[in-house]
Amino acid sequence: MDAMSDHEHDKQLPILQGPPAAKPALEAGHDHDQEEEIVDDTLREHRLELSTVREKLKDKSGKQYWRTLEELSEDPHFEELLHREFPRHASEWDDAVDRRDFLKLMGASLALAGLAGCGRPDEAHIVPYVKQPDGMVLGKPNYYATAMPFGADAVGVLVESHEGRPTKIEGNPDHPSSMGATSAMVQASILNLYDPDRAQTVLQGGEIRAWSTFLDSAQEAATGVKAAGGAGFRILTGAVTSPTLASQLRKLLALYPQAKWHQWEPAVSEGGREGAKLAFGRVVNTVYVPGKADVILSLDSDFLASGPGHISYAKQWARRRKLESTSDSMNRLYVVEPTPTVTGSSADHRLPMRACDVELFARALAAKLGRGNAVSLPADAEKWLNIVAADLQKAHGSSLVVAGEQQSATVHALAHAINAALGNVGTTVYYTEPVEAEPVNQLESLRDLCADMDAGKVDLLLILGGNPVYDAPHDFDFVTKLKKVHTSVHLSPYFDETSAYCQWHVSESHYLESWSDARAYDGTASIVQPLISPLYYTKSAHDLVAAFSDKPGQPPYDAVRAYWTEASTKLGTAIDAGWRKWLNDGVIPGTKLPAITPELKFNPANLPAPTAMPATEVEYIFRPDPTVYDGRFANNGWLQELPKPVTKLTWDNAALVSPKFAQKNDLAHKVVSRGGEHGQIRSTVVDIELNGSKVTAATWTTPGQAENTVVLHLGYGRTRAGFTGTNKGFNAYAVRTSSAMWSASGGKMTATGDGYSLACTQYHFNMEGRQILSTATLEEYKKNPAFPHEGHEEVAKDDSLYKAFAYPNYAWGMAIDLNKCNGCNACVVACQSENNIPVVGKDQVMRGREMHWIRIDRYYTHTPGFADGGTGDPTEYNAALDNPQTFFQPVPCMQCENAPCEQVCPVGATTHSAEGLNDMVYNRCVGTRYCSNNCPYKVRRFNFLRFQDWETPQLKLLRNPEVTVRSRGVMEKCTYCVQRINNARIDAEKQNRPIRDGEIVTACESACPTEAIAFGNINDPNSKVAKLKAQQRHYTLLGELNSRPRTTYLGAVRNPNAELEKA
Amino acid sequence: MSSVTQNLPSGHEPEPWIEPGHTYASVTDKISSVVLTRPLGIGWLAGFAFLFGIVMVLNLAIGYLIVKGTGIWGINIPIGWGFAIVNFVWWIGIGHAGTLISAILYLLNQKWRTSINRFAEAMTLFAVACAGLFPLIHTGRPWMAYYMFPYPSTMGIWPQFRSPLIWDVFAVSTYGTVSLLFWFVGLLPDLATLRDRAKIGWQQKIFGMLSMGWRGSARHWHRYQSAYLLLAGLATPLVLSVHTVVSFDFAVGIVPGWHTTIFPPYFVAGAIYSGFAMVLTLAIPMRKAYGLEGFITLRHLEQMAKVMLATGLIVAYGYFIEFFMAFYSGNKFDVFLAKQRLHGPYAPFYYALILCNILTPQLLWFKKVRRNIAALFVMSLIINTGMWLERFVIVVISLTRDFMPSAWGRYSATVWDYATFVGTLGLFTMLIFLFVRGLPAIAISEMRELVHQDSHGNEGHS
Repeated sequence: MDAMSDHEHDKQLPILQGPPAAKPALEAGHDHDQEEEIVDDTLREHRLELSTVREKLKDKSGKQYWRTLEELSEDPHFEELLHREFPRHASEWDDAVDRRDFLKLMGASLALAGLAGCGRPDEAHIVPYVKQPDGMVLGKPNYYATAMPFGADAVGVLVESHEGRPTKIEGNPDHPSSMGATSAMVQASILNLYDPDRAQTVLQGGEIRAWSTFLDSAQEAATGVKAAGGAGFRILTGAVTSPTLASQLRKLLALYPQAKWHQWEPAVSEGGREGAKLAFGRVVNTVYVPGKADVILSLDSDFLASGPGHISYAKQWARRRKLESTSDSMNRLYVVEPTPTVTGSSADHRLPMRACDVELFARALAAKLGRGNAVSLPADAEKWLNIVAADLQKAHGSSLVVAGEQQSATVHALAHAINAALGNVGTTVYYTEPVEAEPVNQLESLRDLCADMDAGKVDLLLILGGNPVYDAPHDFDFVTKLKKVHTSVHLSPYFDETSAYCQWHVSESHYLESWSDARAYDGTASIVQPLISPLYYTKSAHDLVAAFSDKPGQPPYDAVRAYWTEASTKLGTAIDAGWRKWLNDGVIPGTKLPAITPELKFNPANLPAPTAMPATEVEYIFRPDPTVYDGRFANNGWLQELPKPVTKLTWDNAALVSPKFAQKNDLAHKVVSRGGEHGQIRSTVVDIELNGSKVTAATWTTPGQAENTVVLHLGYGRTRAGFTGTNKGFNAYAVRTSSAMWSASGGKMTATGDGYSLACTQYHFNMEGRQILSTATLEEYKKNPAFPHEGHEEVAKDDSLYKAFAYPNYAWGMAIDLNKCNGCNACVVACQSENNIPVVGKDQVMRGREMHWIRIDRYYTHTPGFADGGTGDPTEYNAALDNPQTFFQPVPCMQCENAPCEQVCPVGATTHSAEGLNDMVYNRCVGTRYCSNNCPYKVRRFNFLRFQDWETPQLKLLRNPEVTVRSRGVMEKCTYCVQRINNARIDAEKQNRPIRDGEIVTACESACPTEAIAFGNINDPNSKVAKLKAQQRHYTLLGELNSRPRTTYLGAVRNPNAELEKA
Repeated sequence: MSSVTQNLPSGHEPEPWIEPGHTYASVTDKISSVVLTRPLGIGWLAGFAFLFGIVMVLNLAIGYLIVKGTGIWGINIPIGWGFAIVNFVWWIGIGHAGTLISAILYLLNQKWRTSINRFAEAMTLFAVACAGLFPLIHTGRPWMAYYMFPYPSTMGIWPQFRSPLIWDVFAVSTYGTVSLLFWFVGLLPDLATLRDRAKIGWQQKIFGMLSMGWRGSARHWHRYQSAYLLLAGLATPLVLSVHTVVSFDFAVGIVPGWHTTIFPPYFVAGAIYSGFAMVLTLAIPMRKAYGLEGFITLRHLEQMAKVMLATGLIVAYGYFIEFFMAFYSGNKFDVFLAKQRLHGPYAPFYYALILCNILTPQLLWFKKVRRNIAALFVMSLIINTGMWLERFVIVVISLTRDFMPSAWGRYSATVWDYATFVGTLGLFTMLIFLFVRGLPAIAISEMRELVHQDSHGNEGHS
């Protein structure tokens, strides 16, 4: 792993400024020892004044007990020590098995310390409810609406709470960003709440401080800068969509007129803001309405899986791909992109193209529509463009062009111009005032801050969230400059790379622990309400801003309430009447930003001539990682272990290269027998020299990538992420400079001669001619709606040795519409969260032992498999891999009628239920694994070791109490969320009625943004699932085996443009 | 050995099953001396110490397994069964030769079985002990393995009788029990002989107890003969049934490469094949070390070589039919698997298997090879390796690439897999070491019968 780590690493000479007594250096990789020493220091440094003790004793009489003299003397340091949780976990432990041993020790020490590991430490009494609280029935969960702020968006969620502890996140159907669905990151965010590695107290120079001490120091510092009107006071935030925080910040700036507010988000480019400025002369917010679009062109935008509003966009897009009969129509999606994304993989036509060439493409398209001057494109791209342009024009007013989040301002401006030219503005796209409170050019904003810090102009720096030491452009050298700041305060959920260089670190509350508010991508505001009081001594940005303002100590609730009291008059609702409803609904009505019609001031003809990179030049592009994003989720085990949608890599990022590039540069992969295709792949390690610095990365061949593009995903190579995230992958930020934030050229790649094992859950991509994922074009579907059955053996229904089961009442079944699934992974994490599925760690994934109950298989059609003489190895070059058609297939348990697993279990631990479920009886399972061997779908998961963490108290809070926590040696698998079925059954029986269709929503179904999954009673012909199963497109996976699955599929239909097919 | 060669009878006159010149007394002396009077040589002690060490490795491997879980092995999803099941099938197969020799050949009145049946039966027992270990420890929760027995549970839960694993439980436990009884009953007269000849008190006591009051009266002999015959009758179907049931573990599954009707006969033949190979592996060094060439003659070895050749040919036919049926049925999964065996990542294993199990034994067509002790010994090792590979190919490789290409994987054993396997080899050999010095490795009473028959010109037909 060392070879992979950030080269920045060596240069770090972190200095903790603060009291001279503090330990001077924090060496990366030794935080554990370090922490321990600091604890010792706390006691050692502050010598006890015996005179104080005598003083105290003088007043006491009678029996007194004290643990130490320190306690007697009411030494504040001792009290702080008492409040302190166990030390943060060591990050150098890299093995999942050892971790458990470590946690065992931690659990034991915790118990010995007599400290409550969770819950507020000051709540000392544990008593049962004498009176049942209103609205709470023990054993029945409650749901509360809140919102998860994320960049320039917020996703409204409903959070399931069991006796006061949030356990599961569901989408909020009333919220525009969610529409009832969620994404993998939203689902996984709950794990961050219970992450044992979270920072838990206020630290000054590594020593614990009381919040009151911080408040005093903050006021002192504030007074210090106040004299100069706030000159030297700087605040750095991410994108702020919280109206309350924005108003607090503005008030703060009013208080300190010379102070400055900077913003920095590493994973979103300036393109959107600057493009709007270019097009309209000011920043506007662009909202798409893909639901109204017949033809969509994405210019390197992964709008179905990332960026503000993507859940809603995916939902709208998928609703236009619903096929019930042959007369139905579908939208058509074209994607131009450098590397395959969820959106590109779901496209009807996809053109791989270097990111830097997308601008040329956009210019050419604009020119085709009469905007600007023609530019020349390569012949095949030109042909593609002509046909797409014609198709877009045909759908005048109902087409849509989406520019990518990482694309340049020019592309965004061109997209605005093209949408205007196509008459889409007002139908498929509209504009509003910005959602961000203060949209600025963040790169320039950070540059200014760095310049000021460097010039010694910054005395007090307040970093509210974010991790600039890790993610600022490399050339800014943020660390050196940060060291010149007199007083720096960092608010973040983890003691991370940045925290190590700041004097003060304030642990940040999770959004489920604190009050706030946030705006969604269309401006709709929600109150972020906490579901649990903070687990640790954490504070939110509102607290911190208040601490430096004239209202130190103002609780966030008061701030939020005060803001909305004022705002409610504008909304025309009295706060008292509105507040409860807003909290209940999760949205504040009337806050959606109205559409505006900014004047298009942009003429593409005036653009300077394009500067095209030579076609042979290799381009390095930076992208947020599909699972850990910009690094903020690096310590989230669910997301680390989540196979990335297209590459199926886990636990690492890799330099993605195209098959042709890999062949040319001899970047081979080797399947390692331990784990094999379903686990461990050894890849070639390269040194990438770029922008004057170097990073060592493993390479990964990605079919469908533009030939001369190398993708470096951000978010890995963290040195202080916590136990889970530290030293995973390589740090792409290390080679990212402000001049080439998204696309860089002039890099040099040299193989180091080393290999590196990557954990990939699905290496083989060919279906080998089996009936696995049936696909057709819309044309073919119209001709033969039963296309999945073509050429496949059908088995008679009674072809079984055993008597068929009768299902007089319910027969549960599931149908998955492959036409809608875009492989976004939300269901995988939702299932993990709902069903207490453990994280096994990279080593175990490499051994083929990951535990996901539902997996998303990815296949490339028309690529060479064994039958065609290939091996299904992406490094074995074949032209079909340059741009293959990609399909995704979610595979949960099939719940077979003739279940092969049931017949072979020697102890009857997997049995058929009266409603057709294939039940797993964990207590009965002895673990022969015969069922898994005999499962043709390989959906069973075995606890080869004790994967579940039974000790960490925080993780105990996370568990769904309705699902058994499995231990070592037993088999497990998808249960169709049997706990949800039984909850619905209890409700129905109480009301003496049958379970209604739609009453049971499985975790995967409810998370799915594209509504691809339907669950219900197949005995009821009117149920949603029965209707889907009645469709002609319906087929069963490996139907010829006669296992008769209850989970079935609807064939995927793509809507290609016939002309392009010809071409 | 040289003396035997010199005494080879000329022409078509059958070679005797016992070296000429042996009397009742010399037979008894020779065999019982190994147990009673022969001092413990440095060779035996060193060998025993080494094997004991290996058994300690086995203990460690199993101990660690129980502490940590089956995850210490190389198994994964999709390859849920690895070395443990391969070893189980292999050991069970090895046991078969013992039962075949002692039961079927007894019923068929094959006199040549006499000098090898005792230790072949011991081998069966020890092999079954090694085999029986694996299904137990390979489960995720071995302490719950009793769920597989139909005990009167208060919850009224029975095993799931449709599962071949339950059939296995019965087949293997029956097999173990019958083999033990058969072996022990056969030992009774010899134990009495040892009791009578032992000079040391504790030996007299132990053999006295074990011989259960055998006095060698005519009535004893009469009862003994009928009991032995009955047990032989009982054991005979087991030779066929046990490995048939073991083969059901696979044949009943739907995995391509498992789901084949040829498996029962093919497994039984393979079992006998490997069993005879193991008998040779043991007999050749043993007759040398203890000077038993007079009892286990070259003719015995040749006879066993012939059985190996015959069963080897059945096994080869099985391989051929597997391939033929894959293509003849046209089942795409079977066809794919057949191709995978030849061209997939594990193809070298398959070719090695063909070399070991089909090509090498063809040399046994030649009498010269059959009578060449060194060649037979090497060949027996090769065939044992080949039969292990066969089980590896069937159990593991079939699982690596089954129905869903997305779930394909590979298998590689860990150090714990090897430790467990080598550990059982050590356990098996250690038990053989103890057996050779603790009990008469050749049936004294039966050998005396042979002397009697030989001296009366009553040659058993072969």
